[in-house]
Amino acid sequence: MEIKRKNKTQLLSKIATNDRYGENSPYFDGWKAYDNNPFHPTQNPNGVIQMGLAENKLCFDLIKKWIMENPDASICTAGGVDKFKDVAIFQDYHGLKEFREAIAKFMGRVGGNKVTFDASRIVMSSGATGANETIMFCLVNPGDAFLVPSPYYPGFARDLRWRTGLEIVPVDCKSSNNFRITRAAMEDAYEKAQKWNLNVKGIIIANPSNPLGTTLDIETMRSLVAFVNEKNIHLVCDEIYAATVFDSPRFVSVAEVIQDMDCCNRDLIHIVYSLSKDMGIPGFRVGIVYSFNDDVMLCARKMSSFGLVSSQTQYLLASMLSDDGFVGNFLRESSKRLAKRHYVFTKGLEQVGISCLTSNAGLFFWMDMRLLLKEQSFEGEIELWRVILNELKLNVSPGSSFQCSEPGWFRVCFANMDDETVEVALNRIRAFVLNRENQESNRSKRCWRKKHLRLSFSSTRLYDETIMSPCMISPHSPLVRAKT
Amino acid sequence: MAIEIEKPSSVRLSKVAISKTHGEDSPYFAGWKAYDENPYDEIHNQSGVIQMGLAENQVSFDLLEKYLEEHHEVSSWGKGAPGFRENALFQDYHGLKSFRQAMANFMEQIRGGKAKFDPDRIVLTAGATAANELLTFILADPGDALLVPTPYYPGFDRDLRWRTGVKIVPIHCNSSNNFQITPEALEAAYQSAESMDLKVRGILITNPSNPLGSTIQSSVLNDILDFAAHKNIHLVSDEIYSGSTFSPSEFVSIAEILRNRNYKDAERVHIVYSLSKDLGLPGFRVGTIYSYNDDVVTTARRMSSFTLISSQTQHLLACMLSNHEFTQNYIKTNRERLNKRYDMIIQGLKKAGIECLKGNAGLFCWMNLSPLLNEPTRQGELELWNIILNQVKLNISPGSSCHCSEPGWFRVCFANMSEQTLRVALQRIHKFMEQRKVCSVNQ
Repeated sequence: MEIKRKNKTQLLSKIATNDRYGENSPYFDGWKAYDNNPFHPTQNPNGVIQMGLAENKLCFDLIKKWIMENPDASICTAGGVDKFKDVAIFQDYHGLKEFREAIAKFMGRVGGNKVTFDASRIVMSSGATGANETIMFCLVNPGDAFLVPSPYYPGFARDLRWRTGLEIVPVDCKSSNNFRITRAAMEDAYEKAQKWNLNVKGIIIANPSNPLGTTLDIETMRSLVAFVNEKNIHLVCDEIYAATVFDSPRFVSVAEVIQDMDCCNRDLIHIVYSLSKDMGIPGFRVGIVYSFNDDVMLCARKMSSFGLVSSQTQYLLASMLSDDGFVGNFLRESSKRLAKRHYVFTKGLEQVGISCLTSNAGLFFWMDMRLLLKEQSFEGEIELWRVILNELKLNVSPGSSFQCSEPGWFRVCFANMDDETVEVALNRIRAFVLNRENQESNRSKRCWRKKHLRLSFSSTRLYDETIMSPCMISPHSPLVRAKT
Repeated sequence: MAIEIEKPSSVRLSKVAISKTHGEDSPYFAGWKAYDENPYDEIHNQSGVIQMGLAENQVSFDLLEKYLEEHHEVSSWGKGAPGFRENALFQDYHGLKSFRQAMANFMEQIRGGKAKFDPDRIVLTAGATAANELLTFILADPGDALLVPTPYYPGFDRDLRWRTGVKIVPIHCNSSNNFQITPEALEAAYQSAESMDLKVRGILITNPSNPLGSTIQSSVLNDILDFAAHKNIHLVSDEIYSGSTFSPSEFVSIAEILRNRNYKDAERVHIVYSLSKDLGLPGFRVGTIYSYNDDVVTTARRMSSFTLISSQTQHLLACMLSNHEFTQNYIKTNRERLNKRYDMIIQGLKKAGIECLKGNAGLFCWMNLSPLLNEPTRQGELELWNIILNQVKLNISPGSSCHCSEPGWFRVCFANMSEQTLRVALQRIHKFMEQRKVCSVNQ
């Protein structure tokens, strides 16, 4: 139907018309390239391989098996339908008791059973996206600031800031110490915020880190807790990748750290969790706010009315996560498969001289491409990214979209594809590096006086101009529909 | 079990967090607490509080259960149903195309085909609660105002105002013309906002109305749309009860009004819908925004990231609502049962000497107890409400919690209980009215 479009006589709000919805970045442009030309092993072997989406596709077989063996957990089967009515009318924002208990138990197990989570403190949200925004609504007023160690998840720009009016002040972390969050860097960021007249209300970290793929060590965790207590600000720990740890050191939740710290004001400590990464079910929108602060817990619970988890989903997961045998097996298998995938990839890259930050968690690794930059700058990084995207047809994510303070780093996702696709991706990278080395060696033989490095490929096609515009907003969702 | 915290929090939370705009301190919710503490049960607690303050639809569950029993292979992920993996991964904020298509069809069927809906204009949210808040974030800035006809759903105080910082300015409606919205009332509300230095960004109507239980007439809808166009503001029509009209011909959607006007002024119109009332599935959190404004659709879609519907639920409902035979039969049967329930309660109240506003939709009736008030004030109304809650043990909702400007009206829900329980409730009311007659005769 044709609706005549008037010339913006309908004014929308400032929130609606600013650009804090955060889709203007290479992070999302790369997804568009994938959308337009998705890789398929037989139907489109030259397509773009999606390595920019941190999805966990490695353990669906385990979940599917459980579902088929437990038909009563679904209210749509003959066995479960007598629960349909009670579940369908349940909209209490406390959530199903069995669901909260199952989640609390699961979080405890993921934390290595070093700490017990209280089921009555579990508050629901629509994914971690909803949880992070909800916490900010509880803690900040428009114009306040939160410190965020960089590099950080690009979605924070939207989730923390868009509707809350929050400002982000990055805490710069450096490769010289493997991007650890130092006390000095935190102090620096805090002072910078003061200079800009920003009221700092807290610091938010992701542990394990996205995009680094590393768990925070206990010393850093203690240092964070001490810092927030001294400044009397909040500490929000996004632990969404907690169960993706596949190597030592083990995951240590902030809940465990504060158990041994008597000096800590627990009212400052809040955890965000979700099943989207650990279990690979982002579609189910299961986000959790777990705050040690009663007022925040009560407020977040009221706010959860705006993003409750579907009772149908609560019911299914309550059943699944209460199955101790299933959970134990799932966590073990998942770690094993992630470890193997990580090893294959990083070893493969190592063989062609590409190194990655040593990591033990996450669905991605942090790849060091500094040596391949034409110039050590963010322009150089974007130029290399364009080559990787358009010539190698790999959608990896440039470090600048994570606000990394140093150019040349890229996040590469590895858990969202099958083994064959991993091989294809590695082969493309090998070919690129070897080709580059040949070019280098030929160039230095023929034209040693020339200043510029030329990269030439078999394809005569130059990079696609339509993707280059930094103002390009994808009309499609950046959240790509999954394809096997 | 709450953890005991000895020292008070020394770090201030946000203004939003410490405000009372979440609205839970109202009698609307206090009555629910009384019910929670002493819930009526046909067998185990016959003297408990009967919940008549919750607008839920439980009259047609058997139809849903029957559908699931006969079609569980299609909607579940058992043998013969592929797609668990794709479904569990699907977090695209456009929503499942099949689900949007099914919702569009369902909305068309409810309107008897008198309006068409484009699935690409449907934005999904976790319930109408989220849809109304989201639209407010998009259409108004903090400190701006929305005009809302009274009496209105108490939840709007939270949904439209709490985190958005937007204000509600009431459009006063009264019993002299059955609480219809008049152009004079619209203008008066607008002037009132201006006099308080508030910028009006839109009008939000609920059609069919909660708590009145009646549909808005075409002529009034046209007046409201004309007013919105004249003032260059938005119009949000919350049509959450559209499938709960007792007779299909009596509901006119704003979509129909637009169609009849050839979509003139459409870009300022936005419809909210949900399956919580018509299908009785509030737990599933299924809300939608349907906007005729491209920018609103795009922005709302992006913002829905904070409140997406579980893909598991989208999948189930896409299957269910794509079955035309099922939906046709459901809509028709549901209407008949609600109508029957409505007749039952109206007759029962009449026998007890109580009048109600003439209703034709919804899960409740709007009852007039003003003759019983000790004094014609809000205080008098709350005193009466206390008696009904604590002595008669019926949780009904006082009109003041709906911002009604006339004291003595109460919203009484009838679709969230069995017929037997409704009979018990009517007996209690009858007895209460009899006792009052005796008392007044003896005075």
